[in-house]
Amino acid sequence: MKTILTLSNLTKKFGQLTAVKDLTITINKGNVYGILGPNGSGKSTTLGIVLNVINKTSGNFEWFEGSITGSDALKKVGALIESPNFYQYMTAEQNLKLVCRIKNISFKKIDEKLDIVGLLDRKNDKFRTYSLGMKQRLAIASALLNDPELLILDEPTNGLDPQGIHEIRKLIKKIATDGITILLASHLLDEVEKVCSHVIVLRKGEKLYSGSVDEMINSNSFFEVKSNQKEELLSYLKSNPAIKNVKIEGDLITAFLLEAIDASDFNKELVNQNIILSHLVKRKESLEEKFLQITNNNN
Amino acid sequence: MIRLIQIETQKLWLNRASKILILVSFILPLTVILLSSISINLFSFLNIKMGEIGMFNFPMIWHVATFTVSLFKIFFAIVIVSMIGNEYSNKTIKQNLIDGLSKKEFLLSKFYTIVIFSIISTILIGITILFIGFYNTELTNFKIIFNESEFLFAYLIKQIGFFSLCLFFALLIRRSAFSLAFLFILYFVEWLFYGLLNRITNETIAEKIYNLFPLHSMYKLIDQPFQRVLLVKFPNNQEKLLDYTVYFHEIFIVLVWTTIFLFLSYFLLKKRDL
Repeated sequence: MKTILTLSNLTKKFGQLTAVKDLTITINKGNVYGILGPNGSGKSTTLGIVLNVINKTSGNFEWFEGSITGSDALKKVGALIESPNFYQYMTAEQNLKLVCRIKNISFKKIDEKLDIVGLLDRKNDKFRTYSLGMKQRLAIASALLNDPELLILDEPTNGLDPQGIHEIRKLIKKIATDGITILLASHLLDEVEKVCSHVIVLRKGEKLYSGSVDEMINSNSFFEVKSNQKEELLSYLKSNPAIKNVKIEGDLITAFLLEAIDASDFNKELVNQNIILSHLVKRKESLEEKFLQITNNNN
Repeated sequence: MIRLIQIETQKLWLNRASKILILVSFILPLTVILLSSISINLFSFLNIKMGEIGMFNFPMIWHVATFTVSLFKIFFAIVIVSMIGNEYSNKTIKQNLIDGLSKKEFLLSKFYTIVIFSIISTILIGITILFIGFYNTELTNFKIIFNESEFLFAYLIKQIGFFSLCLFFALLIRRSAFSLAFLFILYFVEWLFYGLLNRITNETIAEKIYNLFPLHSMYKLIDQPFQRVLLVKFPNNQEKLLDYTVYFHEIFIVLVWTTIFLFLSYFLLKKRDL
């Protein structure tokens, strides 16, 4: 598998504060990565370092297995960082032309990319007349101009209204299905869960987890059950070796599984034990629950 | 290099304010020179003596015109300082770097623009000088016509040096208004140091050190022509003659400063996190 970006032991200190601590990450071609982490966990700093705007303190990073370095590597990458930064007095088209000049590519793709983000009919309007959602879409068009090997999106839905968020998400999903490698930094977990194939969880600049989304969620599925025979149900659950632990919230009992059990088998077994359920749901943990577990365990 | 110039010209030319300021900085000084030379001819019955002095004749026109025009360089200084200020306040510098412009290229695109602006400005003033000179002088001796054309070269170096200083201040301070204020502060600081040196040492040494300071070394490239103009009028009074020649060492000092400002700017860009 082709490697696009490798970080090895990357560290960044701002005075006393260590924003990124000994971070090692590999980004492979074709995957959609989500970088998760609460605010201030070092997501943007990490991206800033590989994007040449923040100087690293120690460690290393390497683009495209070291074949291209520095700003030449960035010409093959598209990136959207925090807020869209364009020249206020230029039109959308002029702004994109400037990006083409910087990336040293032809102007051919400008209309195509403006069409993807739905701004083609506004291309001759000045950037300053755009709404925040449109600015963000223009930034995505700009990041796509060179058909990048890697698309970096840092909080792409930050500050948008629900409709804007929806539009951007739709766009990201569309781009992801086109097979572009994406690195999406976000603290919005459902965003990552819906789009990404892999996750990297950061907290206080350290990597807590990295792996595929499925692995992260699958390992822990659970049953939510209710019954009028609460005591019998509880004693059965506690004696079952396949069940890791049990949580009780009012009438609702949640049983976390050590190994996969089929819901109908589970139900049948309970009926055999003369326990009748009034409520049975088998669920996988959401990324959010898993994320909170990971970040809390490491406190 | 052409790519970098294209990038910077697009940034400047599409911005209405900087476009107007650039045009003004080309047109205004030349108009002032042209008008004053013409009006002196038109109203020659009033200004007969000015005409006789030969301010607008070869070779003195090289000196008078370059000195006068260089007083107008503040317009382009405003353009430089505000374009850098805007790159920081709109974070477009960050976006440029992310898009794949290296820090070196960012700085070079600004510097190339400065050089090109200075060259165009020098060519324009050169043409104007030739125009006014031929209009006012009736000689066709090649040697006399181009006798003092080194002032034109000094003018070019002076522009590049001064704008590089502006570039450095703009990158250092990142806010246009404050950067311009710093230019004035530097002027007074140099002047204060000169006064101080004058007290500590004697005038000759103080003068020599003063000539090494960035702003004053640029000013020294083209000394003020008034004394010279007046000398023509009072040829006997030559005891305190100002040496207005463009010396090689004067050009060298300014070039050294230009290099220093460029490297300091690069160092700043390189070291800072955005």
